[in-house]
Amino acid sequence: MDEPAAKPRRQFLTVRDVTKRFQIGGTTVEALGRVNLSIDKGEFVCLIGASGCGKSTLLRIIAGFEQPTSGQVDLYEQPVTGPGSDRGMVFQDYALFPWMNVRDNISFGPRQKGMAKKYVAEITDEYLHMVGLEKFADRFPQQLSGGMKQRVAIARVLANECELLLMDEPFGALDAITRESLQLELLEIWARTGVTVIFVTHSVEEAVLLSDRVVVMTAGPGRVEADIAIDLERPREVSAIDFNQVRRDITQRLTSHVVRRDLKAVA
Amino acid sequence: MATIPSELPAAAAAPSALRRSWLPERVRGVLLAIAFPLALVVIWHYLVVMTGTRLVPTPYQVGVMMWDFIFGGIHDDAFSGTILSHLLASMQRVYGGFALAIAIGVPLGLLIGKVPLIRQMLDPTLSLLRPIPVTAWLPLSMIFFGLGPRSAVFLVFLGAFYPILLNTIFGVRSVDIRLFEAAAMLGCDGSRMFRQIVLPAAMPSIFNGLRLAHGFAWILIVVGEMTGVPTGLGSVIMDGRTLSRTDLVITGMIVIGVAGFITDRMIVALNNRILRWSPQHHG
Repeated sequence: MDEPAAKPRRQFLTVRDVTKRFQIGGTTVEALGRVNLSIDKGEFVCLIGASGCGKSTLLRIIAGFEQPTSGQVDLYEQPVTGPGSDRGMVFQDYALFPWMNVRDNISFGPRQKGMAKKYVAEITDEYLHMVGLEKFADRFPQQLSGGMKQRVAIARVLANECELLLMDEPFGALDAITRESLQLELLEIWARTGVTVIFVTHSVEEAVLLSDRVVVMTAGPGRVEADIAIDLERPREVSAIDFNQVRRDITQRLTSHVVRRDLKAVA
Repeated sequence: MATIPSELPAAAAAPSALRRSWLPERVRGVLLAIAFPLALVVIWHYLVVMTGTRLVPTPYQVGVMMWDFIFGGIHDDAFSGTILSHLLASMQRVYGGFALAIAIGVPLGLLIGKVPLIRQMLDPTLSLLRPIPVTAWLPLSMIFFGLGPRSAVFLVFLGAFYPILLNTIFGVRSVDIRLFEAAAMLGCDGSRMFRQIVLPAAMPSIFNGLRLAHGFAWILIVVGEMTGVPTGLGSVIMDGRTLSRTDLVITGMIVIGVAGFITDRMIVALNNRILRWSPQHHG
């Protein structure tokens, strides 16, 4: 008898030869020059790089908000053609619906699917609980702090059963204490739900603390400079020696490139 | 997942401080609001007395006329005790034209604001028609709708339509594009996008338009009722002018002012209720 053939693993997300050019006024700006990337289900990947390296553009192309100039993004081997429920974006400025209270923001996705009211309420309660905002369910976004708003934004895409969480510098506008607690909450949620995360940041520490893989991007035009696996054990401690070693290593890769480029610009 | 205390919004503590001084503040506001018109009335009275003019009545004479217009029993002429029929006739035309302007202006504004094709098609024409004063339409409207209330409704509609349309378009165009992106990624599209995102997001601006348009509607009712309708506050004012009854003219003006004020308060109350999510949009 033959051994049952190992089921070929379906690729979760692949970015193939993606480029992006913008027309700004009369000039063409090359934001992304041929990016290749593949991400497995359940991975936590950070995109890191200086501003202008195209990391947000890449995230927006994966989300389907922008079309690549050439190349293609596949999710489960199906090409991405526009925004969809399988991918959920968490914006830096939250983008909550200001006229809906916390509960209605979170239940927005399930309500679009036309689920029964009782089921929608169940899902909403579950995610309200997950982000610890039960007591604030009837508040409007304007009545929430930045950290609370970002919790709502995360709950909103998770309640929509997205499989890929796209986060565009989500904690960039928060104070250090709130950022730290949200980072831990995010790791908890990631561990509990098994959701795949692509997280854009420009903080090396944040990237090393959170991710399985750090993808370093460089500008002019944006491309992947390095793809580094972070093998540190979880939970991670930012003051540990091995943590700092990894952080230094990645910082060096980032800055050496920046310095090289700046010197070239001066010369 | 504990909530960090530093994250509790500061807004929670604020209302109590406001509440303590609520009553005196309100009384002060009412007194201030009354003092100015009262001073105007006093000045008006003395100016009439001092100049000895017979063209302008004193505030007292207007008060008498107002009493007669409401209750009758003083002048016993064609206008005694007729306020209700005139007011109701004008209100019908004002709110008819206003409602028509909302019914057409808001959906059209949403479409022009959101759909480039419709904007390219309609915007130039609408922009070309806009500078034409509503009063210039008077002769044509009398031909189209005859000498009657329908002509007045049409003029009110025209006057109220543009503020509503333009504010709706502006409201849609100033919506943060990320809200559309967020809605799209959560599975919202097509006509649901209009109902669930575009309309509520544009609501603050739409209410601005409604308040402006409502003001224009009352302004235009006088013009509209010049077209030879027998009832309505506009026709009362025109009659007062023909009869040289300035007390009647001013009485009509005051009734229009009060009716417009009350409706405006109602729109503001509705505004504050619908926009309770956005305190800075409260009127």
